[in-house]
Amino acid sequence: MTKYMVLIYGDAKRWASMSPQEMGEIDAGHREFWERAGSAVLASGQLEPPTTATTLRRGDGDTPSVTDGPFLETKEVVGGFYLLEATDLDEVVKWVGLLAEVRHEHSGVEITPLVHRG
Amino acid sequence: MTAEAAVAEAVARAHRGHWGAVLAATVRLTRDLDTAEECVQDAYAQALRSWPDHGIPDRPEAWLKTVAGNRARDLLRRESVWRRALPLLVEDEVALDPQDAAGPSALAHDMLRLVFTCCHPALSRDARVALTLRLVCGLSTTEVARAFLVSESTMAARITRAKKKIAAARIPYRVPDAADLPERLSAVCEVVHLVFTTGENAPVGTALIRDDLVACAVDLARTLHRLLPRAVEPAGLLALSLLVDARRAARVGDDGRLVLLADQDRSRWDQRIIAEGIELLTMALRGGPPTRYAVQAAIAAVHAEAPAFEATDWMEIVSLYDVLLRLWPSPVVELNRAVAVGMRDGAQAGLDALAPLAAEPALATYRYLAATRADFLRRLRRWPEAVTAYEEALLLSDNHAERGFLEARLAEARVHASAR
Repeated sequence: MTKYMVLIYGDAKRWASMSPQEMGEIDAGHREFWERAGSAVLASGQLEPPTTATTLRRGDGDTPSVTDGPFLETKEVVGGFYLLEATDLDEVVKWVGLLAEVRHEHSGVEITPLVHRG
Repeated sequence: MTAEAAVAEAVARAHRGHWGAVLAATVRLTRDLDTAEECVQDAYAQALRSWPDHGIPDRPEAWLKTVAGNRARDLLRRESVWRRALPLLVEDEVALDPQDAAGPSALAHDMLRLVFTCCHPALSRDARVALTLRLVCGLSTTEVARAFLVSESTMAARITRAKKKIAAARIPYRVPDAADLPERLSAVCEVVHLVFTTGENAPVGTALIRDDLVACAVDLARTLHRLLPRAVEPAGLLALSLLVDARRAARVGDDGRLVLLADQDRSRWDQRIIAEGIELLTMALRGGPPTRYAVQAAIAAVHAEAPAFEATDWMEIVSLYDVLLRLWPSPVVELNRAVAVGMRDGAQAGLDALAPLAAEPALATYRYLAATRADFLRRLRRWPEAVTAYEEALLLSDNHAERGFLEARLAEARVHASAR
């Protein structure tokens, strides 16, 4: 079994102003995802918008600098994630294909394996 | 021939013919591509050492599989402790197609697993082609790099990265299930077709045709068709490859220059291969709705059946291109259709059919567009324009054989242009 991080990317502005129909599609997608893949999910969550993020970087001396905002100032942000365990990539691709975010034009979903420790 | 030379030839033949099958059988044991590759390389090296003394075995493939397998078992025994910590390729034993009477043999299954893994959609297209040539066809990294015009270190990095992704992301080592098979098979056919067209139209170098790539592609198409005889896409692909490859001897003149279809010596076309291609095509078309490969093969078949260029059924060719455009809309297909229109209705009609393509960005640097325009202008005796078009085509071509052809035509157009 391999663990995968599934990151849901999209345009934060578009998510903030989506139509009830789009919202309904997203909800339906995640419900179906949970039905099919629920037992494989180790952790999951929806993120608050990046305006609520705080970033730490190297500062003066030993004290890191703390700044308001995301690490990367990009239009596309991570809106949510699943951490899950599966037998192979094909299985994860099948599950992720259920999410409406892979069909909306401003968003997409990235699947990355976690480093395997035996 | 000396014994050494005979052995070297036998090993080379076994390399070309069986590399993929030996590797596929070894991966089953090691469940790891890198280790399997090492074992197979060792087996071929041992063949070179041992066959001169012990003779060339009757079944080299079985011999190589046994030796590579023993080597794999040795390695696994010795390295069992750390190997257990590596992510293993996923193995499954699901029957490929329950409708197949006997089901595919274990050997066929091993080979298909390897091909489908190399052509997995989660790998970039470049990576799929590189892995297929390296692992299934057994080409060296140097050879693969040369075919795709990148440095050896770039190609080595590309192959390593792809193998690392297969292991880390756990791209399954598996034949896709029935629901996914058609789409996944299309991805495999696309890779094979790309290898074939790269071999047929070598972009650089002195030879117009890279025999090694063409041979790989034809072998791959043959293997796919043998393993999945009912699938129409590989049947069409094999038919297309054979019907185009049958013209190989006539495509390059004795001076190494490109010979156009119109000027080819049709007695040099391989009639046996043409017959095989047409038989396969008939089967592919009977098996279901036409695929783009089958339609392309049908076009090649119309050419193959014409006793002379003038006797070509251009009506049929244009209508086949119409079908192809519906199946596979692409500027390149439109370009080829315009050529056929030019043959059916004359150079002016061809030039008119070509006109809308001039603004096509995908064709801006496509050398055949300029070359085709040049040819129509030449036939219309619009010499100054033909000169410009040939010059443009020459700017875009790096292939020695092709340049020779274009330069000859350019010289001819210049003579006429200055005589006016």
